[in-house]
Formats: sequence, structure tokens, C-alpha cells
Amino acid sequence: MVIYGVALLSFCMLVGMFVGDVLGDLIGVKANVGGVGIAMLLLIFLANLSAHRFRLGPITESGIGFWSAMYIPIVVAMAAKQNVIAAVSSGWMAIIAGVAAVAASFVMIPVIARFGQEGRRDA
Amino acid sequence: MLETLAQVLAKNALITAFAFVGILVWLAYLLSEKLTRGHVHGSAIAIAFGLVLAYIGGKVTGGSQGLADFTLLAGVGVMGGAMFRDFAIVATAFGANIDELKKAGVVGAASIVIGVVLSFVVGALVAVAFGYTDAVAISTIGAGAATYIVGPVTGTALGASSDVIALSVAAGLTKSVLVMIGTPLVASRIGLDNPYSAMIYGGLMGTTSGVAAGLAATDPKLVPYGAMTATFYTGVGCLLAPSVLFLIVRAIL
Repeated sequence: MVIYGVALLSFCMLVGMFVGDVLGDLIGVKANVGGVGIAMLLLIFLANLSAHRFRLGPITESGIGFWSAMYIPIVVAMAAKQNVIAAVSSGWMAIIAGVAAVAASFVMIPVIARFGQEGRRDA
Repeated sequence: MLETLAQVLAKNALITAFAFVGILVWLAYLLSEKLTRGHVHGSAIAIAFGLVLAYIGGKVTGGSQGLADFTLLAGVGVMGGAMFRDFAIVATAFGANIDELKKAGVVGAASIVIGVVLSFVVGALVAVAFGYTDAVAISTIGAGAATYIVGPVTGTALGASSDVIALSVAAGLTKSVLVMIGTPLVASRIGLDNPYSAMIYGGLMGTTSGVAAGLAATDPKLVPYGAMTATFYTGVGCLLAPSVLFLIVRAIL
């Protein structure tokens, strides 16, 4: 049943959000720490566990696949509700700070990737 | 007639949003195919459309929700809100490869801390360059350069003034918009074409919405890897910025 897939997905997300909020409380920050990431790990874990015990039927899988496929349209909607005005009209300092942070981060990607690859070869 | 139609659209806001975004995506893919022969990803065009419409929406309505401030398109706000976004991101994990995740585990985690510190330092330096001298304001703006959530959380914790907090949000928003647009443009140059670098990318950028849209426009297969690390970023930022990083800034000044 499709709802089994959707329910499994919902279960993972709720658990992840809960753990993320608890983690945030424990370390004393007012934010959810990795809730989505924890939910993703849980979903991967359950999906692989079930390969041995009880198989997810293809219809159950389609309940997850649908939401995965809705990802891009949802991201388009997300882009359409951004506060773009606030980003571009708040003066140069905020814009330069944002742009510089992005540029520096982009530059670091190949550096860290190479560093990590070498570390793995040494080990 | 028209009034009835408007009522139907407003009453079924989320459904209206599905139809609206569907048309938008269709148009974007059509343009991608006809005008760029598929060179520019359809999703990249769709996201750019979204941002332009968000600008127009903000300009016309004066609100902060972009297109979703139009009554008829309020559903876009629900569809593009954090709940559906996170739900869809989690769903993408279903296709993720565990081995790939393990391979980049340590480097991915390190990239989160490096990313927070890097953005904070860059943001703080820009604040200094613009004449800010007090540690609270500099730290808040540095935190805003991490994400638009870390900024206000840090500013509130440190007791920054509301205009400084607003600036930190704006810096974070600029970052997330730029990551959305910039990622597909620089992807090949920075080697962003495999799960390994996608995890590092997510950890360095940190803005969940920016990473989500940036990878969607580059290669949707990479989404779960980038999102995995990005989702820890804001938490780590909220942990480091008002504490260790602020203390370092204060010690230097």
C-alpha cells in the first residue's frame, strides 16, 4: 500500500526532527541539530534492514518515490517564497558578506576534497 | 465568474500551488530544451524563475514571503515551506548509497566545522571592513554569513541591536540565493559531480535551501549527499558562533 511508504517516510522525519530538537536542547542551542540528516539515515537504515526481513513492496516504495520526485517542484516553490527583496535591498555590506562567504566556500570544496582523498590513500 | 474562480483558487491554496508550480516547471523545461538545447538544466531555470517571481512578489505586495504574499498563491508558501521541503529531502535519501556516505563521513563532518568557521570569519572581516568595531555586531554579522538562522540566533544570544540582526539575516539570505543560482554555474569547475564532493559542498555551504536548490539544478542524484551534511550546519553554527567564535572575536579586538 502506498500509505505504508508515506507513513514510513513520515515516521522517519518525525523521529529525526524529535532527535534533532532534543540534541539542540542538550547542547543548549535554539535550533534543530541535524534533524533531517538523522531522518535520512534512519530511512536508509530501515530500507536496508527490510531487505533482509520484510521486503518493501514496489507499491510501498512508490509512496516514498513520489515525494522524492516532488523534490524539485517543492524547491521551485521554496525559491518563489524567498525574501529576495530583503536580500538585495539591505545595502552593500550584507550582500558583500553573503557573496564573499559563498565564494570562499566554493573555493574550499576542491581543496578539502583533494585533502580527504589523499588522507584516504595514506590510510 | 472571475470572483468565483478567485475564490476557488484561494480556498484550495495548496492545490493551486501544485498547478502553478507545474506550469512553471513545464515552461522552464521547454525553455531549457528549445533555447539552450538542454545545456542549462530545466530545474535551474525553474528555480531562477521562482526567485524572480519572489522578487516581483515582494516588490508588489511589500511582504516577506515572495510570491506567497499574493492571496491566490498563498499555497506556494505551504508547498515551499520547511515541512514539505524537509519531507522531500528525506525521501531522496531512499536512493542514497550507504557506502558513499561512509566514504565521506569524516571529511563531510570536518567540512561542516570548516564551513561554519570560514563563513563566520569572512562575514566578520567584511563587517570590520565596513567600520564595525564592537564584538557583538561583528560576530552577529559573521554568524549571518553562515546562515540566516545562525545570524539572528547568535545576535539574540549576544544582545545585538535589531538592525544588526536584520543585516545578518540579509547576509544569510544573499548567501542562500547565491548558492541556488551559482552552484550549477561553477559545479564542473569545483569538481561537484560525485557524492563525495557533494557531501563536502553541503557541509561547507550549510544553507539547506541553497544546497537543496543548488544540487537540484546541478544533478538531483547528488541531493541526499549534500543535504545530509548541510542539515547539521545550522546546529553547529548556533553552537559555535555565540560561544567560541564570539570569544575569539572579543579577544582579538
